[in-house]
Amino acid sequence: MHMADALLSPAVGGTMWAASAGTIAYCSAKVKRDLDDRKVPLMGVLGAFLFAAQMINFSIPGTGSSGHLGGGLLLAILLGPHAAFLTIASVLLVQALFFADGGLLALGCNIFNMGFFPAFVVYPLVYRNLMGTRPSRSRETWVTVFCAMIGLQLGPLAVVLETVASGIAELPFETFLLLMLPIHLAIGLVEGVVTSAIVSFVRKARPELLEPAAAASFATWSLRRVLVGFLLLAVATGGVVSAFASKDPDGLEWAIARITGGSELQPRGPLHQTLARLQGKVVLFPDYDFPKSASKTEPAAPAKVEHSLPVHSGTSLAGMVGSLVVLLLVVLSGLILKKRNLRKVYGIH
Amino acid sequence: MASIDAALLDFQRLDRLAAGSSALHRLDPRAKVLVVLVFLVSVISFGRYQLSALLPFFVFPAVLIGCADLPAGYLARKVALVCPFALVVGIFNPLVDTEIMVHLGPVAISGGWLSCASILVRALLTVSAALILVATTGFPAICRALEQLGMPKVFAVQLLFLYRYLFVLAEEGGRAARARELRSFGNKGQGMASYSSLIGSLLLKTWQRAERIHMAMLARGFTGAFQVRQHYRFGRPEFLYLCSWSALFVLLRLFNPAELFGAFLTGLFS
Amino acid sequence: MSHHIVAVKNLRHVYPDGTTALRDVSFRIHHGESVAIIGANGAGKSTLLLHLNGYLVPTSGEIQIGDFPLTKGTLPQIRRTVGMVFQEPDDQLFMPTVYDDVAFGPLNLGLTGDDLDRCVIEALERVGARHLVEKAPYHLSGGEKRRVAIATVLSMSPDILVLDEPTNGLDPYSRRQLIALLKEFRHTRIFTSHDLDMVLDLCERTIVLKDGEVRADGPTLEIFQDEELLEECRLEKPLSLQGCPVCGGRR
Ligand SMILES: Nc1ncnc2c1ncn2[C@@H]1O[C@H](COP(=O)(O)OP(=O)(O)OP(=O)(O)O)[C@@H](O)[C@H]1O
Ligand SMILES: [Mg+2]
Repeated sequence: MHMADALLSPAVGGTMWAASAGTIAYCSAKVKRDLDDRKVPLMGVLGAFLFAAQMINFSIPGTGSSGHLGGGLLLAILLGPHAAFLTIASVLLVQALFFADGGLLALGCNIFNMGFFPAFVVYPLVYRNLMGTRPSRSRETWVTVFCAMIGLQLGPLAVVLETVASGIAELPFETFLLLMLPIHLAIGLVEGVVTSAIVSFVRKARPELLEPAAAASFATWSLRRVLVGFLLLAVATGGVVSAFASKDPDGLEWAIARITGGSELQPRGPLHQTLARLQGKVVLFPDYDFPKSASKTEPAAPAKVEHSLPVHSGTSLAGMVGSLVVLLLVVLSGLILKKRNLRKVYGIH
Repeated sequence: MASIDAALLDFQRLDRLAAGSSALHRLDPRAKVLVVLVFLVSVISFGRYQLSALLPFFVFPAVLIGCADLPAGYLARKVALVCPFALVVGIFNPLVDTEIMVHLGPVAISGGWLSCASILVRALLTVSAALILVATTGFPAICRALEQLGMPKVFAVQLLFLYRYLFVLAEEGGRAARARELRSFGNKGQGMASYSSLIGSLLLKTWQRAERIHMAMLARGFTGAFQVRQHYRFGRPEFLYLCSWSALFVLLRLFNPAELFGAFLTGLFS
Repeated sequence: MSHHIVAVKNLRHVYPDGTTALRDVSFRIHHGESVAIIGANGAGKSTLLLHLNGYLVPTSGEIQIGDFPLTKGTLPQIRRTVGMVFQEPDDQLFMPTVYDDVAFGPLNLGLTGDDLDRCVIEALERVGARHLVEKAPYHLSGGEKRRVAIATVLSMSPDILVLDEPTNGLDPYSRRQLIALLKEFRHTRIFTSHDLDMVLDLCERTIVLKDGEVRADGPTLEIFQDEELLEECRLEKPLSLQGCPVCGGRR
């Protein structure tokens, strides 16, 4: 479900960065005002826990594949929405920097998709309402599963919207949606079952841990205000950024090409599966992110291209030659700098 | 469990690179973060069929790897990890988009191949920039830079704690997973039930650890406000670094030196 | 000087889950004393230490540190006086570098600039860890972690040093170094340990806990000679007091 830099347009990336940064600022202020300094180390260590938990896999019965915890809903249940959002955001930042999961510009999208929905939509609006005050065990289970599934529908929906709005991968909205949502329905089911099992494990061993988050009242009016605020913020920054972007001739041409160019869908046939399997083999940490990697591989399939693009066959040979020369120069400069460094270190002249 | 251990080792290696002592390592992290941001925005703002114009941007990772004396092979391998992903994203373009856009003598290249290559190159550029940032700056310094650039303190502290305990907990989780693997046969015992209780008890242990850390913080006078020393200075070298790279990126974005170069060279020989 | 007295009177602690960890503990430790608290696993040693800087609140009973009874109001003062080194160094070193970690306490006490630098370096020098100053805690070995953990506490110049199992997990050389380091500390020292040879080496006085009660309190050598007591409390004579396995002779 990670969005990648390579599929993102600056306007969408910038907008989602602003939205996520705003939410982080809001949550930070809220957590600070809470004055519960126990949360300071707790959030940090739980972030590290989530990271560790995502490295461990379980086998999904009947499919032969394996999965791992996403953890958004679990953190919201344990920490409450604000602290949970910050924790998820911190985990995603580390993944973007060290494992190149997504990327730095797509980070805004990823934080929003995987943090905002479980923490600020599913948990306060659905989970808390359905759970009631003294839920029975079976109620707790089905509510948790249901909530995880909703969360894992909203996230991918946002991924589809962001990808389509970016216009680099040109799948039509409905088809893309039809690809993403059913897969994530299954992933959500698994996530829900695991989350509810972990919650009931914790409830048995240390019931008091589940109380603070539940006791913290979450007034709905403040949520509505936050949501409206974010919508306004997103629209405003989106407007500004895209105004900037459209001044840029390339961007404009690109947008025109996108609007006028039709597109058709490439079915996820055996080729795609082979590629996914190949990716699983080639990647150094094959088990690290399996269910997600299966779903984040959305093929980009642009069709007819307009001739408004600034490519002429006359200049293409020049482009090719120039590119080679530039690459050569680049590698050379790196090597020379490196040599000089070595000399300095070892004192060779 | 080899995968967890391998992932950890890899992670630690990247982390250790930040302990280098090149001039680049000593720069104020703010300058490095800002330059990477400018770089990323320049790269992804190109049109879909742009390829040759993207190539000069490789000068940034190449020069940085050279200056900071980073292990190029290791970084290249790490960057190569994302190539399969980028390829899966881009491989459908050539199948669908068969319109010929470029003639290279007898070879005709379709727009699909161009855009596919462009996606791949973008992925290489963006990923290598992020990795080099970590390798020359280190995660804690990046956090500090972001904080000075306006990130809320609470979030900065969150990142520092997360990073500090990442290794501790990943090792703990790895041990638990190994214990589970040793006592299960094939897929039996690796299912969701054992996973949930494994993760559950890891969670409880984590929680207790957080309580002990809080204890240790209180014992040293913690009253809710987190003090972190600042010892970087945004001076002339930083200013120079930021301005010159940004200017270069803007120039590369506006003009295509690969094309100009090529035109010059082919003109010379024809 | 009543300043550094530690007095515990009828201390009782019941954990939220109903475990009675301490039943009735009383003792009084004077300035400059070096006292070991020993006992079997689960005897309540760690629980007792956590009361000394106010992390746990007594279910009943009283604690007095120096001139102050331990209450909410005196807590900040008492936390300055009592330097606590926890059982697990990983929990104590939570900052990104050794410097930041050692500086954490002094910064909270209001030190800045050169004073801070001096304080940090001095503390690290005392534990022989000066060269580790820019390292990250997760790159340290177990013994280095332990030494830095002690430096984090020394940097706050505590009057009373409290350590929970300080030699746990150290190699023989590091253990020796640590013992030498603790011998140098002039103020009150209180530790728990299963390393009875170290106890013999460092402490004139020993308190034996059993099931949350003080079973014995007296000179270390006397306690280690009482074989009945040791057996009852699931302890053993330190090796250095046992006969030599080769020649049968006594040290
Ligand atoms: N947080 C807690 N909640 C409930 N019971 C606890 C808790 N911490 C400790 N106990 C119980 O209190 C008793 C005393 O524990 P304590 O940690 O003080 O023992 P100890 O003497 O330090 O043991 P060790 O030598 O193993 O460190 C034990 O029975 C333990 O199970
Ligand atoms: Mg103990």
